[in-house]
Amino acid sequence: MSTGTSIAPAVAGAAVTASRRGRIGQEKTNWTATLLLFAASLAVLVPLYVTAMMAFKTTQQSTDLNAFSLPSPVSFDGFVAAWNLTNFPRAFLVSLVVTLVSVTGSILVSSMAAYAIVRNWDRKLFRYAFFYLLAAMFIPFPVVALPQVRLTGLLGLDNYVGVALLHIVFGLAFNTLLFSTFLRSIPLELEESMRMDGASTWQTFWKLIFPLLAPMAATVGIFVFLSSWNDFMMPSLIISQPEWQTIPVVNSIFQTQFSNNYNVSFASYLMAMAPAIIVYVFAQRWVMSGLTQGAIK
Amino acid sequence: MTDTAVRTTGRAAKPVLRARPGVEPIYWLFLFPAVAVFTLLITYPAVEGLTMSFTNSIGLGDFEWIGVRNYIALFRDENILSSYAFTFLFAAVSVILVNIIAFFLALGLTSKIRFTNPLRAVFVIPMVISAIIYSFVFRFLFNNSVTQFGQALGIEGLSTSLLANPDWAWLAIVIVSTWGSVPSAMLIYIAGLMTVPGEVYEASSIDGATPWQNLRHITLPLVVGYVGINMIIGFKNYLAVYDQIVGLTQGGPGTATRSVAFTIFAGFSGGDYAYQMANAAVFFLITIVIALLQLRLTQGRPS
Repeated sequence: MSTGTSIAPAVAGAAVTASRRGRIGQEKTNWTATLLLFAASLAVLVPLYVTAMMAFKTTQQSTDLNAFSLPSPVSFDGFVAAWNLTNFPRAFLVSLVVTLVSVTGSILVSSMAAYAIVRNWDRKLFRYAFFYLLAAMFIPFPVVALPQVRLTGLLGLDNYVGVALLHIVFGLAFNTLLFSTFLRSIPLELEESMRMDGASTWQTFWKLIFPLLAPMAATVGIFVFLSSWNDFMMPSLIISQPEWQTIPVVNSIFQTQFSNNYNVSFASYLMAMAPAIIVYVFAQRWVMSGLTQGAIK
Repeated sequence: MTDTAVRTTGRAAKPVLRARPGVEPIYWLFLFPAVAVFTLLITYPAVEGLTMSFTNSIGLGDFEWIGVRNYIALFRDENILSSYAFTFLFAAVSVILVNIIAFFLALGLTSKIRFTNPLRAVFVIPMVISAIIYSFVFRFLFNNSVTQFGQALGIEGLSTSLLANPDWAWLAIVIVSTWGSVPSAMLIYIAGLMTVPGEVYEASSIDGATPWQNLRHITLPLVVGYVGINMIIGFKNYLAVYDQIVGLTQGGPGTATRSVAFTIFAGFSGGDYAYQMANAAVFFLITIVIALLQLRLTQGRPS
């Protein structure tokens, strides 16, 4: 869309809205706001544009430090170099395993705990357990990080397993809260009819309750996916072997070796951003409703 | 609505499960994994760390009990005090900036605009990118593109990198972390603004209210609870700032942008285990007090 065509209707639209405000002005498109939002979206898009442009340049062109120029010629050298230098497939695998274990573990552990707590809310010990878990919401990672580094080292958890476990634990408060709020809205009659038919609590949970929790599980899954896939602080401290690090940490480790080969470093950043952005683009509706749902609970 | 209300009262009147004596053991099994990993990986390290803060431990080997000497030393340590000053300045400015931008974006995105979905999609993108990665991108922009721009226009303040300026490097970190933090706050405001019924605005515009009056007297009072949520979540996260600092300045120039988290981690490799655990304990206390104060402030308001 060229600027000339978009400004004309915008001005006209604004004028119409102004003259008819109070009667049917409400139905008119607010072109001023639309244009302002388009302008503001540049703040998001420009850094992404720069990343993509830099990544496809030759090393020679990237050293002119012009972030906005188009790559000429288009070169994939940066990607090849970054792929080999950072051992991208291995870092990708580590990040993937950490994320999968974190997401699955969070959904299972928090939903089971929430079910036990909500169904036994009249018992003191279950209520205490709830508040105990909730306390984690107020503990920032830096506060307990150093003893955790020592502990995971002692237990042989100074690897991706330890990082995944810690992601599960730090999300426990929020996720159990989300699941328990949702569980309280499920009528007990549903369960009772199933129990009448002779189902045990175990069967009731897995066959009836867990499937009902699916929308909340999606929300929890999205939050845990984003926080564990993108995390830098925790893996950088917990994982002791640099060659088995996650993608964000690998990018930090190789800063000095990228040196002034900006096409290589930006190719590496682009490869780091791409998986989450691709997931987001394809699951956008789902992600948005999940994030909003998590936000308002 | 009525349906759920009836069901809830029905449940209270006829508590089938409560009639059973004792807890079905299976419920303990459901609760166990959560409580077990939590105790092992949070409670135990927290207690251990707090205990060690009263010793002179370097993280391994023997140690002696030295009482509160670590805590006294903290309050006389220039580096510690300046890291707290930096962290509070950073958190306070970030929380204000993020909330203002997020609120107005949410207001725009929930008004009668065109291309709502593509625009929303774009504004959420920073949320799915790793903080350390976008910080590296911004470091390049600050060191090169911004300085080129400043030189071309002859603006002295921008012709050298903001990241190399001890007085203003903190602002660069605020800008970058705001870029990454706006989307989640924005989504919360969008959710809040969606709960404001459209008829309210129709009624007020029939009465001749200006957009500004609408905002001041209708929108803001109705979403003030969401402002509270954003302040509490945001402040706690900003106090723990670390990734953006590693990506942008490594705590420099000098020690100008060392946050509390950064100092704690740096002290560990430097063998200051017990000392930094005292620092962590103080930091935890401050985080809690701020969270409780914010809770009090936002809940004290009507609506």
